Amino acid sequence: MEKTKAQPYWQPYYAGLGLGLVLLLSYMLLGQGLGGSGAFARLLYSIMHSVAPGHVEGNPYMAKYFADGANPLNNALVFLVIGVFTGGLISGLLAGRVRKTVEKGPNISVKGRFIFAFAGGTLMGFAARLARGCTSGQALSGGATLALGSWAFMFAVFAGGFAAAWFVRRQWL
Amino acid sequence: MKFPVSYYAEWTPYFGLLIAWIIGIGFGFFLERGGFGNARKLAAQFYFKDFAVLKVMFTAIVVAGLGFWGLVLLGLLDLSATYINLTFLGAQVIGGLILGVGFVIGGYCPGTSCVAVSTGKLDALVYLAGILFGIFVYSEFAPILDKLHNSGSMGEVYVWQWLHVSPGVAMILAVLMAVGAFTAATIVERKKKSIVQP
Repeated sequence: MEKTKAQPYWQPYYAGLGLGLVLLLSYMLLGQGLGGSGAFARLLYSIMHSVAPGHVEGNPYMAKYFADGANPLNNALVFLVIGVFTGGLISGLLAGRVRKTVEKGPNISVKGRFIFAFAGGTLMGFAARLARGCTSGQALSGGATLALGSWAFMFAVFAGGFAAAWFVRRQWL
Repeated sequence: MKFPVSYYAEWTPYFGLLIAWIIGIGFGFFLERGGFGNARKLAAQFYFKDFAVLKVMFTAIVVAGLGFWGLVLLGLLDLSATYINLTFLGAQVIGGLILGVGFVIGGYCPGTSCVAVSTGKLDALVYLAGILFGIFVYSEFAPILDKLHNSGSMGEVYVWQWLHVSPGVAMILAVLMAVGAFTAATIVERKKKSIVQP
């Protein structure tokens, strides 16, 4: 694997066309869009519930995922995300792009990159719950269906990203 | 055939999960094809170097949107049987801002981090641990964040209602906006010759 040369990425318009058709298909078949963060919440609640069921059921925000004995993992979003891992692996293998690496700019250590990755992930996990979705569930899905709040969300994401970029430039440039 | 199929054909839950997995494979495949399994490519957006995020996202939104609203206007897709994101303007704007800050710090978003993990990116694995921790923190404090979570509640409301135009006109505006943004982005990219590759 290490010796084969990685193929370049597709033109963004082709990737966007493919992604758009998948999103449309999701609405046509399942009656719902795509999602990224929801599956991780369901996984987390499921683990927490097996460790401390009383604590989870005492919190109404998490308890609703277990109403009437429901299993939060028995959900389309969970299987969709398992598919995302699968599809990414298929594409990566076909293009020789699967290799153990850390993506970062030249001016930051691996440890520094990991700290940023964890901090950014924490902010995004928090924000995706607050906004009821992430770039997939809000921006992409709500964007295509012209949901007003999702468009506001999308512009806010770009605004937040551009505003913070200067402060973390050492990580990427 | 009427859409959504799962509703009219009365699929069993397990068949629906199988279809969701297959749709997810398509989602992950095209994300990886576009280079979204690479944090350097995603972050380059915010330094005006590589606008793949903007181009892929808006192409997908326009393609899916044209198909979606085309089917609705032809009477083939039943909106009432479809999940539409409800609008909570305050929660979505504040959540969006925090999420954007997290995006440039973390380098991924939840969906893209999955394809990054499956193509071997260790930073994405750490990022995913952060996602779980962030969800944990939010969920533990959810009862006191409830007011913010529901702020600006407007129900099921569409961009075209807000603009006082028909869905078709709103889609045409979205296409024009996308084409304008792509043209501007391409000019900047050409000047900098900075498209990120593996």
